[in-house]
Amino acid sequence: MMRLPTFAWRTPRDAGEVVRILAGEGPSAAVLAGGTDLLPNMKRRHQLPATLVSLSRVQGLREVALEGFVRLGAGVTLRALERRADLRQRLPALHHAVTQISTPVLRNMGTLGGNVCLDTRCNYYNQNYEWRRAIHFCLKCEGDTCWTAPSSSICWAVNSSDTVPVLIALDARVHLLGPAGERVLPILDLFGEDGIQYLTKRPDELLTGVEIPDQGTARSTYRKVRRRGAFDFPVAACAVRLRHEGDRVAEARIVLNAVGPRPVLCEEAGALLEGRALDDEAVEAAAQAASRRAKPLDNTDHLAMWRKQVLKVEVRRALEALRG
Amino acid sequence: MGVDRRHGADDGTPTPERRGLLDQLAEGYRVVGASPVRVDALAKVTGETRFADDLSLPRMLHCKLLRSEVAHARLLAVDAAPALALPGVVAVLTGEALPIPFGILPVSQDEHALCRDKVRFVGDPIAAVAACDEDTAFEALKAIRVEYEPLPVLQDPAEALKNEVEPLHDHGDDGNVHKRIAMQFGAVEEGLADADLVLDDLFFFQGNTHLPMEQHAALAVREPDGRLTIWSSTQTPHYLHRALSKVLEMPPSRVRVIACPNGGGFGGKSDPFNHEIVVAKLALMSGRPVKIALTREEVFYCHRGRHPVLMRSRTGFRRDGGITAMHFQTLLDGGAYGSYGVASTYYTGALQTVTYQVPAYRFDGVRCFTNKAPCGPKRGHGTPQPRFGLEVQIDKAAEALGLDPAEMRLAHLQPPHAVTANWLRVGSMGLGACIRQVVEGSGWRQKFRRLPRGRGVGLACASYICGAGLPIYWNAMPHSGVTVQLDRGGGVAVLCGETEIGQGSDTVLAQVVAEILGVDLLDIRLHVADTQLTPVDLGSYSSRVTMMVGHAAFQAAERARAPVARAAARHLGVPADRLRFAERRVFDVQDPERGMAFAEAVGLAEAEGGTIACAGSYTPPATPGRYRGAGVGPSPAYSYTAAVVEVSVDEETGVVTPEHVWIAHDVGQCIHRLSVIGQVEGSVYMGLGEALMEEMAYRPNRFGVHKIPSMLEYKSPTTKEMPPVTTWLIEDPDPNAPFGAKEVGQGPLLPIMPAVANAVYDAVGVRVDEVPITPDKVLRALAAPDRRVGPKRFPDLRIGEVMRVKTEAEGGDGTAPRPPRAAARPGARA
Amino acid sequence: MSEQAAGPTARRVQATWRVNGESVTVAFRPHRTLLEVLREDLGLTGTKHGCELGECGTCTVLLDGEPVLSCLVLGLECEGREIRTVEGLAGPEGPSDLQRAFAELGAAQCGYCTPGFLLVAEHVLAREPRPTRAQLVEELSGNLCRCTGYLKIYEAVERAAQRRAEGAAAEGRHGG
Repeated sequence: MMRLPTFAWRTPRDAGEVVRILAGEGPSAAVLAGGTDLLPNMKRRHQLPATLVSLSRVQGLREVALEGFVRLGAGVTLRALERRADLRQRLPALHHAVTQISTPVLRNMGTLGGNVCLDTRCNYYNQNYEWRRAIHFCLKCEGDTCWTAPSSSICWAVNSSDTVPVLIALDARVHLLGPAGERVLPILDLFGEDGIQYLTKRPDELLTGVEIPDQGTARSTYRKVRRRGAFDFPVAACAVRLRHEGDRVAEARIVLNAVGPRPVLCEEAGALLEGRALDDEAVEAAAQAASRRAKPLDNTDHLAMWRKQVLKVEVRRALEALRG
Repeated sequence: MGVDRRHGADDGTPTPERRGLLDQLAEGYRVVGASPVRVDALAKVTGETRFADDLSLPRMLHCKLLRSEVAHARLLAVDAAPALALPGVVAVLTGEALPIPFGILPVSQDEHALCRDKVRFVGDPIAAVAACDEDTAFEALKAIRVEYEPLPVLQDPAEALKNEVEPLHDHGDDGNVHKRIAMQFGAVEEGLADADLVLDDLFFFQGNTHLPMEQHAALAVREPDGRLTIWSSTQTPHYLHRALSKVLEMPPSRVRVIACPNGGGFGGKSDPFNHEIVVAKLALMSGRPVKIALTREEVFYCHRGRHPVLMRSRTGFRRDGGITAMHFQTLLDGGAYGSYGVASTYYTGALQTVTYQVPAYRFDGVRCFTNKAPCGPKRGHGTPQPRFGLEVQIDKAAEALGLDPAEMRLAHLQPPHAVTANWLRVGSMGLGACIRQVVEGSGWRQKFRRLPRGRGVGLACASYICGAGLPIYWNAMPHSGVTVQLDRGGGVAVLCGETEIGQGSDTVLAQVVAEILGVDLLDIRLHVADTQLTPVDLGSYSSRVTMMVGHAAFQAAERARAPVARAAARHLGVPADRLRFAERRVFDVQDPERGMAFAEAVGLAEAEGGTIACAGSYTPPATPGRYRGAGVGPSPAYSYTAAVVEVSVDEETGVVTPEHVWIAHDVGQCIHRLSVIGQVEGSVYMGLGEALMEEMAYRPNRFGVHKIPSMLEYKSPTTKEMPPVTTWLIEDPDPNAPFGAKEVGQGPLLPIMPAVANAVYDAVGVRVDEVPITPDKVLRALAAPDRRVGPKRFPDLRIGEVMRVKTEAEGGDGTAPRPPRAAARPGARA
Repeated sequence: MSEQAAGPTARRVQATWRVNGESVTVAFRPHRTLLEVLREDLGLTGTKHGCELGECGTCTVLLDGEPVLSCLVLGLECEGREIRTVEGLAGPEGPSDLQRAFAELGAAQCGYCTPGFLLVAEHVLAREPRPTRAQLVEELSGNLCRCTGYLKIYEAVERAAQRRAEGAAAEGRHGG
């Protein structure tokens, strides 16, 4: 049986108390929400927090408000979102992305905040302690080489969240509560530059929720590539939001994920579409431009080259799905 | 009517009791062929079944193994003393304490419970700790100091074949070549020369693993009198018993192995394992019960799964599709140890001849050692790989000859009871019926080459043994034994060494006895898989249990029935051959009112002749082949399967989606119909996993580690990947089988992989001559000028002497002429 | 590892849970998962495990009626909560209709994944009395089985659903 390491245990009652504990404990504390990401990592000894701060008794993190601005608490479970028919109607792409995460049972446990803050993944990293010892560990944890790209000075572990690309496409903003109060930032800015510093969130900050502006006439879609229809993280993913004015594209946001340490907003690809009709040529050009931004490496399931190839197909299919 | 033959003759003359039994069975079966609730089902659905890791004993210690973090190295020093000094650690163990090697085959005793001189793959066990709990044991492993002297790492069998670096082992045929086989039956080159079409194809079958849901576990205890008892998730308690006795130097009579029900096996729990020997030794040392439960990663290191096999098939076809000759070559990547590998190597050639007529056949097979987890027997043991090559090649031949692949196969089937070129005696042969059924049921004629682009159907067939004709170690004793003991309350105790691994063997055993004694399944109490109490059964492997346990149970039950029938006959004044045993009664078939309760009849018999406890046993018939290597392939009977798979292929992504599987299996006769269907469906499932996604992947350039030793990254199909399956059972009882029942646990897996490959070709016109057929390969094939992805080279196997055996048609007698003296050692370098 | 955390003298916390309808007070080490406490401290070994990392679904139990992976729930999080394991599915009359359907239709072969499937299925039927095949494919997709190919499992859940519906209809007729 894989066993957890030991830890100290805190059960704050509100978000302010969480932040005070985090500030007091420093980076050796970790927040425990659904546990589906953190606990396997602890069992494999890549994360060894001295203190676990449980969110299970924290009030006010599970609200879902769908009037005007959509506001989703970080502590709401993925399953609860999936069961919201109003979310499905209002934000079908986000709803679809949620239903694509892992498995129904894991969605019962995992939270939106957990999926947004999902640790970056790499098949040199998501391994047991004994296995990682055999490769002398890696840059992300205890070692000094990124085995995905040994000459690289940064970690190439992959952002594997399904909700993140959609939330970026939807122009969402995240609420972070810290000792000095709340800050709100565009979700794209939450993500750091490499697989280690993958979040700009400070250790003493708590993600409390996500807000999504009214989408007006814009329509969105999400496409996920993975080996199996359940369990698997994306190995390539894209989210697209399009707003038409007449038969022209007024705005296009194309977001890629699971092809590198950071989600990618493909501004140039989007710009290629703006002001144009969404004809085959435009779609192809945008898909081409977007896929150029993807730099998948050999550290997930499937061949890196295939992921890049298929990502282009998926961007094109996403755009085609949003035609008319 | 061959009732007598069908049930095999007992040793006695046809007594009235025997005639009565045969008449009873001829009137129709009551239990056999039905689907009563499996005898183990209610315990399983209520959580009552005790798997090995569910056991615990007072004062029990927990064991963890320190495994090699280096793929190939000499062990210079192993110091476990610092671990022993830690609080909570009770005992430590290194290879020094267990110098005697073991291995499943007598010819490959190349494993040590803990490595002594060398480590041979990442995951090879080096030391063990027994501690008060698993947490303590895990932490204590970090205190063990190991000094390695790295050696070159070999992960490619073609490299290993060159013998350019220090061999992994000092046994084997030639350096890193563990086994080299070359045998020829009939005039192969002449046959190829006479052919209208000769296809020369290369195929590759990637390795994959069993992935049983239950991780291996074992619990050992030293009894107060010094004897040893071990409970383990093993498919082969008898072989574990032998290995423990050997390595621990204890008489077998003082070692007791109890196999718990296995939470899935598929061949992965058929070897004696390091961890079993280690906990036994630690229990003997500490005087306390010691348990080990492997992590999922460790299960990947136990492996013994499907060998990666590179194949070359040169086959000659006549214009009508008949095969003139075949030369089949295989190169097996054996991994770090022998395991069943010698047998696996033979199996990559042995069964190519039992489906279609192959008048002349040559087989060359080589198994190499590499620094990877050892390969061994996985469902289909050594035969799915060559079957893939054969069935895809036939599909290619049919196209080249302008024949329908189903019709072409039907026209050239091996006739029933034929002897093949390599001297296998085929029994009942229902493949024709299977093919006709799937062709009809799938709408083959409307679909083949007629579906819209991107959609296709593929057909493939297969055959599998119903138990190996020879045991793992040479002996003349029975392969299976059963004891039936009757009690005067009407209860029946059945003792047998067989092991339930999920396939339903307990139920088969109980049904056979119930059929003969006319009792309910609830009157039967099974005692199985306990080497101290139960007669030997060799284990749950090679699809042997229904055949061999079935025969032994039949004989034991018949022997127990006889005195009961005699006593009842006397008491009722009815001739014994008129007695029937049914509904827990013994009665006159001509006057069913005239009879008595089974329990009463047992009481009368017990009063007359004493306690009734009867044994039965089974030894397979002698095989016609008598050449070296003829021991692998023979079986009392062969099952047959045909399958049609329909797929859709996304030409932009290369993703292949199975849409429906139609499969017909010649099982001879069902014992438990629902379980037979369950085995077919489960085989289809596992075959689809092998065809499309499952893969033992390594990183040769990153210290030789296994790439993905986890449930998440080793891709096993979920509900989402499983298409609908339509199953038909062909029942043509085999005269060599109990009630005519043949195997079903393995055969139905075999046609799935080639059927998928053939369907992909039908859908988009590309040949992916290797499995798994992953999306990247389909895309590459679509872009390739020859529309093919697959191996492009086959190395020189450096075959020396080829053993030549005359076929039956050539007037041979099954033997090979003595080879000329002083022949060069095959493949040896000058 | 400190001595306090492991071994017979390790510090334990005490908690009271409702397990299969009964109130249970149990002492366990604070870093233990629900899976470990059920199996090792409460002796409820009906809950199995296949990876302990959330990658197979084998250890599924119901926590306050929702399926969760007991390998990824801390024992500390279970105070006062309702836990249902396979041992709690059968009643005094014996196995439940769902369990019987699994037994009758061959949905359990090796039986190792069976407890997890049963609990998910029980939850599915509680929410959706007549699930479609497509719903079953989705809802059971987090539980791996290597024996059955899932088909017999679907059939068993469907049979239990049908029996419950017939039972409810019969009750309705008698009541009306």
